[in-house]
Amino acid sequence: MNPLFVTDAERRLIPPSGVRGPVPVLIAIMTFVMVVVGAAGLALANTSAVVKSGVEHRYSIQISDGAAKAPAAVAAARAQPGISRVAQVPPEELRRTLERWLGPAGQEADLPLPAIVDVDLKPGSDPAAIGRSIERAVPGARFIAHRTSLEPLLKALRGLTLLAVGLVLLIALASAAAVVLAARGALDTHRGTIEVMHGIGATDEQVARLFVRQIAIDALLGGIAGAAAAGIIIALILGGANTATMLAGTPPIGWNDVLWLVLLPIAIALLATQVGRGALMRALRERL
Amino acid sequence: MTGTIVEFDRVGLRYGTGAEVLRDLDFRLNQGAFYFLTGPSGAGKTSLLKLLYLAQRPTRGRMTLFGEELSHAPREAMPSFRRRIGVVFQDFRLIRHLSAFDNVALPLRISGHADQDIEGPVREMLAWVGLADRASARPPTLSGGEQQRVAIARAVIARPELVIADEPTGNVDAAMAERILHLLTAMNGLGTTVIVATHDVGLIAATPGAQLIRLEKGALVDPTGALRHPPRTPPRAEGPLQ
Repeated sequence: MNPLFVTDAERRLIPPSGVRGPVPVLIAIMTFVMVVVGAAGLALANTSAVVKSGVEHRYSIQISDGAAKAPAAVAAARAQPGISRVAQVPPEELRRTLERWLGPAGQEADLPLPAIVDVDLKPGSDPAAIGRSIERAVPGARFIAHRTSLEPLLKALRGLTLLAVGLVLLIALASAAAVVLAARGALDTHRGTIEVMHGIGATDEQVARLFVRQIAIDALLGGIAGAAAAGIIIALILGGANTATMLAGTPPIGWNDVLWLVLLPIAIALLATQVGRGALMRALRERL
Repeated sequence: MTGTIVEFDRVGLRYGTGAEVLRDLDFRLNQGAFYFLTGPSGAGKTSLLKLLYLAQRPTRGRMTLFGEELSHAPREAMPSFRRRIGVVFQDFRLIRHLSAFDNVALPLRISGHADQDIEGPVREMLAWVGLADRASARPPTLSGGEQQRVAIARAVIARPELVIADEPTGNVDAAMAERILHLLTAMNGLGTTVIVATHDVGLIAATPGAQLIRLEKGALVDPTGALRHPPRTPPRAEGPLQ
């Protein structure tokens, strides 16, 4: 029989107030934190994916000894079948970039400037072979992946995403621990009823059923409340802050992600029910 | 032919690392008989009852109930045996937030009876113990005698093979004691084995045919060996010589 279905008579055996206590509030707080952290983790993962896909096929040909070889580099790049776009970075843009570091000296005409040609590779092309070919055609040229320079940022984003996943798991563990304590507390509160039931011939399963349904309801109610509060906060943050969208070029949380976040309180309720049932059965087995 | 419902073979019991509260209990109880368990306070009566209603396991020896050796039976096997035993506790142990009806119905519900099969027998049982009009009352609103009768009704509602009562008349006046004894002898008349722990000599005197189990300092007092080797057939005053 489904442990979540109990008869009216079974419900009368354990009044709801006997199990409830702080469990729904605890679960609500845990779920709130879990959903917010989960949303942050998803946003980081999405941003990381957007940044990664933006630079994945982008390379630069850098010629340090002057702009004279730039046309040759452009020609060599255009001759490669694996390259979809070739664009030389204008010297003025390079000077503006240097000016940020060197001040007005960056605009001096006798300052030697490297030539930089940005290229986009077609998906599936071999960057190493293309690089070797260009470096052979233009002596002194270096074929550099943009991803290399962004790797520390991507690594940090990956780390933060993993941290968010870890925190979600930790909060789930804390929720489970709270449910175990609540279940044991409920058994102690109703020790007399349970002893009478055992004495009359009730099985552990029959006794546990009385509590499991209440734990499931409490966890679900707490989970929904916490998730709703977190949803409002996330909506407010995302609605008011377009910076993230501008940086990534796309909203940091999509509808797929919302689905995952909606599943979190349900997962918490299922986890609480299973953990609660396990804790009850273990505690009951300690008795004769 | 009368069968054996309880058999103790050199049974001992101790709580934790304390001294033995029951030692070397060796007896057999016949199915359908009426027993009084007597002895001074501290003799071990309640401990023996706990063994009988399977709230404790013996720490040594062999205990057989309903033909099954239960001293080392797995925990999962206990509920099915407990359902064959009805217990009237000295402190009643009614569930305070349940009505008298729900308290009495509990053994039937635990045994898996459907609601429509419970209503009739429970009403009948409450009428039998004189509480038909108190079915919806909760234990705290019942008198001691009424609670005692609810406890008795709960103990016998599922027609157990063995009824165990611990001082069932300890909290009631003489008239109520007589009524309770009548209920228990009526159950016994239906074939149920009854074991009553009591200090009440009047109760014992008022029950002809009942047998005595006497405990002193945790040991059985059985000088004639009647409890160790009970007759297999009930005595007949005018039967042939065996």
